[in-house]
Amino acid sequence: MAHLTIAEALRQGLHEEMARDERVFCMGEDIGIRGGWGGAFTVTLGLEKEFRERIIDTPISEAGIFGLALGAAIMGLRPVADVQYGDFLFYAMDQIVNQIAKMRYMSGGKVSVPLVMRAPVGATGRGAQHGQNPESIFFSVPGIKIACPATAYDAKGILKAAIRDGNPVLIFEHKLLYGSKGARAESGAVDASSEIPDGDYVVPLGKGIVRREGSDVTIIATLLMMHRALQAAERLAAEGISAEVIDPRSLVPFDWDLVNASVMKTSRALVVEEGPRQGGWGAEIASTIGDTMSDYLTAPVRRVASPNIPVPFSPPMENFYRPDAERIADAVRSLVGSA
Amino acid sequence: MSYDAKFLLSLYRKMLLIRHFEERVKYLFLEGIMPGTIHQYQGQEAIAVGVCSALHADDVITSTHRPHGHAIAKGLTVESLMHELFGKISGCCRGKGGSMHVGDMEKGMVPAVAIVAGGVPIATGVALAFSLRKEPRVAVAFMGDGAVNEGAFHEAVNMAAIWSLPVVYVIENNLYSASTPIFEMVRLKRLSDRAAGYGIPGVSIDGNDVLKVYETAREAVERARSGGGPTLVECMTYRITGHSRRDPCNYQPEEERKRALENEPIGRFASHLQSSGVADQAGLDRLAAEVDAEIEHAVETAMAAQDPKPEQALEDIFA
Repeated sequence: MAHLTIAEALRQGLHEEMARDERVFCMGEDIGIRGGWGGAFTVTLGLEKEFRERIIDTPISEAGIFGLALGAAIMGLRPVADVQYGDFLFYAMDQIVNQIAKMRYMSGGKVSVPLVMRAPVGATGRGAQHGQNPESIFFSVPGIKIACPATAYDAKGILKAAIRDGNPVLIFEHKLLYGSKGARAESGAVDASSEIPDGDYVVPLGKGIVRREGSDVTIIATLLMMHRALQAAERLAAEGISAEVIDPRSLVPFDWDLVNASVMKTSRALVVEEGPRQGGWGAEIASTIGDTMSDYLTAPVRRVASPNIPVPFSPPMENFYRPDAERIADAVRSLVGSA
Repeated sequence: MSYDAKFLLSLYRKMLLIRHFEERVKYLFLEGIMPGTIHQYQGQEAIAVGVCSALHADDVITSTHRPHGHAIAKGLTVESLMHELFGKISGCCRGKGGSMHVGDMEKGMVPAVAIVAGGVPIATGVALAFSLRKEPRVAVAFMGDGAVNEGAFHEAVNMAAIWSLPVVYVIENNLYSASTPIFEMVRLKRLSDRAAGYGIPGVSIDGNDVLKVYETAREAVERARSGGGPTLVECMTYRITGHSRRDPCNYQPEEERKRALENEPIGRFASHLQSSGVADQAGLDRLAAEVDAEIEHAVETAMAAQDPKPEQALEDIFA
């Protein structure tokens, strides 16, 4: 048993998978440079010492990184390709959306793409091009699984499940949750560290978890917003409102059984996401709950998300942009009050 | 270099198989018998055949929106292709790919990538896998001339160069990116000059001379296989059919077209085979009859094959 941050847990997970399976390798920018950082958020720090040939430092070439990873994956290797910031995925959009997501389908199911992609996300004082939450853009692309681990335990377990999955899996990691240390520490970071059990475990893709039980409303949230939802639930409890917080952990596949069972119990649902409201993944979840659970709902499903603007830089504006515990609590109050 | 007659005739037969396959497909298409759209390979056959003849069965190619020739040259059967073009479940991609995505990993062909230059990083990644596993195998990325102006081309070729990956980049320069003359879109006389910018060998050759293509490919493939890294090969050629269905090619000057028809690779190679005494006209005619029978069989079985069930569209997303 060890107490680890997300960055440490991911590093341990990568180490164990590379030791377990020689097909696993990492490629990305600045991930194994001597005297470097071990990736933008220290996840691969030191791994190059043991796995020199399998920690591949690339040029700044995102289309190349994901395209090469795809080529290696279809030959039976198990690449873990990453970008420094999720915003940089857009340079690789053709490879991810047209090639990686569709290769198996276009082949009539004959080609497998065992490929893990990792991308840090979240508004963190870096403005419009280093702080987006692009989950929703990929959520609308068939052929990619999407995971959003909010704790160190889940980050390690999901990474291992993704490496072994045999399909393209895009893992979004939140910059404020990594627990990066030293010069790479983030201001405003949230403690997402966990007790990590000794020995091997996986967190299956598509399996959510109830983070806090409650009876009046179901709050569905991932990554940083999951932590904000827990804060909101704490405040609401003091007001006599019992909120259940569900962390779906994966967006694709989505744990409908868990969400539906909760909504049956609470009769109200709130979906929280950090990215812009328009076209957000939360809209799909909210509309599906509305469609399939209408017999159980006593109020319309509500959403909390960012406004439809780029991520602003100035701290007061960034705080206005990104949903927080109070905004979540307010939405719950109006939901419960409307019943 | 001298070759035995059997080898020379096998090159000729493969080129002819591609040409007649494409002509038959064009007819079926214009008659409205075949669904979809098509990008055809007439005039460029010497490149696919010359390059693939320099490869081992377990070497791997990536292709483009114009993939029928590469597929036949790499060993896919015309039957599996024809069934795919007709959208049948018995096609090489079970009807999910169609003309622009034909391929078969068992034959060493990645399902074709129909985004210009999209296959270039993928072939490079295939080569990365060979390199990491220390397997003596080679990847080839076929691409059109337009691909050299895509960012993905630049990123991938550079990565192959810095890691000495076993990959050969084959540019089929048919002078037009769709209808746009390529030499209005680059300030170069030879696209292979780009190689110098990556620190790798580059060469421009007559892509309508199948033996020249074969010899050049063999050298590049051996360099790649022995750890010498990538090569950029520009094959000069000409598309003697439209870019895609029903393209009347009004952008191709008449004189240029006429010269291209005189220079097309199959007629040239037939003359060579006859003048060098490898085959006579009757022998070449027999080969033509053979490939036509093979193609007719593919058409008949494809048209008779079962359509997929519509809801089979929902399968094959994830493993």
